Amino acid sequence: MPRTLLIDPTPQREPSIELRSHWLRRAFIATALVLSATAPVLAAKNDGKVTDFLLDNGMEVVVIPDHRAPVVTHMVWYKIGSADEPPGKSGLAHFVEHLMFKAPTINHVAGELDRAVSAIGGSHNAFTDYDYTAFYVTVAPSALEQMMSFEADRMFTLIPTDDDIKTERDVIIEERRSSIDNNPQAVLDEEVDATLWQSQPYRIPVIGWMREMETLNWNDAVSFYDLYYRPNNAVLVVTGDVEPETVKALAEKTYGKVSAGPGLARIRPVEPEQNTKRTVTLTDARVSESRFSTQWVVPSYHTAEPGEAEALDLLADILGGGNRSRLYQQLLVKQGIAAEASANFQGTVLDATNFTIYASPRGDAKLADLEAAANAEVARIVKDGVTDDELDKAKDRRVRSVLLARDNPACLAHIYGSTLATGGSVKDVEEWPDRIRKVTADQVKAVAARYLVPSHSTTGYLLPKTEN
Amino acid sequence: MTNQYRGAFGHALPSPGEGRAARRITPLAFLLLAVLFLILPALTAHAAMNIQEVKSQKGITAWLVEDHTVPIISVRFVFKGGTTQDPVGKEGLIHLMTGLFNEGAGDLDSDAFQVKLDDAGVEMSFEAQRDGIYGSMRMLSLRKDAAFDLLRLAVNRPRFDQEPVDRIRAQIFSGIIANERDPEAIAQRKWLRAIYGTHPYSRPDEGTKVSLAGITPADLSAFHKAIFARDGLHVAVVGDIDAKRLSEKLDQLFGELPQKQTLSPVADVAAKLGQQVEVNYDLPQTSLQLAFPGVGRSEPDFFAALLMNDILGGSPYTSRLWEEVREKRGLAYGVGSYLAGYEHSHALLVTTATRSDRAAETLSIVHRVVKDMAQQGPTEAELEASKKYLIGAYAINDLDSSSSIAATLVGLQVDNLGIDYIQRRSALIDQVTLDQVKAAAKKLLSAEPGIMVVGPLMGGKG
Repeated sequence: MPRTLLIDPTPQREPSIELRSHWLRRAFIATALVLSATAPVLAAKNDGKVTDFLLDNGMEVVVIPDHRAPVVTHMVWYKIGSADEPPGKSGLAHFVEHLMFKAPTINHVAGELDRAVSAIGGSHNAFTDYDYTAFYVTVAPSALEQMMSFEADRMFTLIPTDDDIKTERDVIIEERRSSIDNNPQAVLDEEVDATLWQSQPYRIPVIGWMREMETLNWNDAVSFYDLYYRPNNAVLVVTGDVEPETVKALAEKTYGKVSAGPGLARIRPVEPEQNTKRTVTLTDARVSESRFSTQWVVPSYHTAEPGEAEALDLLADILGGGNRSRLYQQLLVKQGIAAEASANFQGTVLDATNFTIYASPRGDAKLADLEAAANAEVARIVKDGVTDDELDKAKDRRVRSVLLARDNPACLAHIYGSTLATGGSVKDVEEWPDRIRKVTADQVKAVAARYLVPSHSTTGYLLPKTEN
Repeated sequence: MTNQYRGAFGHALPSPGEGRAARRITPLAFLLLAVLFLILPALTAHAAMNIQEVKSQKGITAWLVEDHTVPIISVRFVFKGGTTQDPVGKEGLIHLMTGLFNEGAGDLDSDAFQVKLDDAGVEMSFEAQRDGIYGSMRMLSLRKDAAFDLLRLAVNRPRFDQEPVDRIRAQIFSGIIANERDPEAIAQRKWLRAIYGTHPYSRPDEGTKVSLAGITPADLSAFHKAIFARDGLHVAVVGDIDAKRLSEKLDQLFGELPQKQTLSPVADVAAKLGQQVEVNYDLPQTSLQLAFPGVGRSEPDFFAALLMNDILGGSPYTSRLWEEVREKRGLAYGVGSYLAGYEHSHALLVTTATRSDRAAETLSIVHRVVKDMAQQGPTEAELEASKKYLIGAYAINDLDSSSSIAATLVGLQVDNLGIDYIQRRSALIDQVTLDQVKAAAKKLLSAEPGIMVVGPLMGGKG
């Protein structure tokens, strides 16, 4: 299920003959990829050097110059997401994000920002997740000040009309139909989340439950907006062809004029201890191939004891991170019973998170046999741990992904923004490769044994609807 | 309704920056995209980017953008002749082949090859498209010798061993089965048959269960030999490598390949429009797709059509379709249009997905917007705005990282646009007149479209 929701679903026009970039997907969605502090030799003076500072009103700013091309990416990350919504108002965070585009402000008529971005060939969009809402634009450096003015303006002067509210609510309802209701796998994923999490708000979909979405209104939205769209609850990340001093001066001139809101502690319902194994099954006539996924509750980078999240990150890579992984090698290559098999750890979230394995059977293989084989691989790591060789290779892959992220400044902006919006710091990002390097095989075995407990898990089955 | 605003915030806005060229930003939206080859838009001037033509001793040519800022090298290449080359009865052969280049080559079996790839930290991928087989590689420049050597093996001496052939075939097979009862996938197959008839474009790239079963390692080797030859090759390289070193690598990679490809000829085909393909299923949301005639990349009115499409539905947030369907009425989350261009056919496509109980209304709005564009064309102001957008956006959307620059440069070579195209592009857009755009609108949008509908039976046609 797409957890991160975008305002604009259309491809940014010409996808040209772009390849399926798995790396890009990984780097973008990714957990905690980071720029290495021991970064490679840089030709340009300050390319890749991270500068961060606070404005007087508490807004945090991170600047990473990259002068290879005359473009800047500007992202504002609000530390507010769907998991911060009041009860009964699911979808509200995402709805407010949409209204930021839809509604006029005191200083600008509706659509003025869109036209301004378009007039310079810029690209802008936004997304909402459990823990953050981010707005981004990529433009020529000469337009940066204008973009910052627009972004600072809509931080506090939004004035939607009744019609804006009604129409945009219909838009997000259509978005829900597109992304969830028309897709059996997405419907199942939503129910699995609602079963995995017993109290923590990640049980509620970012897009919202349909019946609650239908009742969202401006009264709900405005209190949310007023409280959370404040400079002291936001992180600005600028990457590209710009100097930190320039960004600082522009930020003071624009965001610096916005008054701070109350300090906000993110206190959320806490997940109770889990003691059961749960299953969720969806049968649907559109499905012709079965699949399963099993999830466990594990700590995130923000909640983990030192070293545990890094160990989980490496565990996910070793168990199911690609075609060298144990699940792939065992289930696809050696046993030939799976068409796909993988594992995933979502580390960059504020609260406890999930660790997932997925697989679908190959040919006549039975789903139950496949599940048993996947569980056997998990049990084998719990019992015997991982080898030093596979651990070293996993570390290489994870650290390398960070070096490669330097190729795309927008990826870097995403890494810093998501980390800072989920309780991390610039230092956390920079030290991440070193922390990964320090993980031992014993630590990986320990997190597997501690968290991947079969009797405390949630499994989802997607099954064909058969006649009998 | 008013917001409780927190104080005035007014200051004069600076004038918009003149869209200087650049590269950057790959929006997440890319990832949501169905794989369709769209016509490359024109490029904008990219002042900072110097493209060198590198010719190796053995006569292999590549376009190079040298940039040592980041220690990364991206390679992109294409061999002409994609899935259209699948022989009748063995559809899916080319697609299967592209899944096997990292599954063993030379003396290295699948496992040994992948261990080496992993050790060298190379990202290598191959992709079958209708008109070409594309390959990509990205590496840290420190490891370039090992990386290029693995790519050399993959390109020249792929093994197609039985075990990986069967495994990758089974994965593709699973994908085919998974789509068998999916209404969208069913409709797409039906649509391709309806508009392309018996032309190779009507066939699913991944083949069918029956055709896949009959493909042997010997078939794969034969087609590899026929397609991987020097006269069908285009190459682009971006990043931390100089021309001299690249020239050596080009010989190593491609210098031993045969001179000439052996391709089956593929006819041009005009998509058969003016028909409706409908797959009825009880869904909460109905997908709509309309196909109009397109325009070839080399035709003189290409840019007029590109601008017209941008105003109609190409531009996010500001296009007419976006305004009428989403902004004013909230009928859809996504709505837009694009020019789809292949070597042998092209079309202008409009797509949206809308609540099923109002699908007929949405379709009629789309028809009205299209008809208005066909009859009146855009306004002068719309055209000016669109020119600015298209000139500025190229760098941001298509030249945003070393791999996207490499992909763009290969596309320019395939379309035969010339190494100076990026410099010329802004002028090509600027000089288009309103009358030309109106003529393009009339030419493309006056036709009766092909329409695909996936959802419940619509009450009343739009």
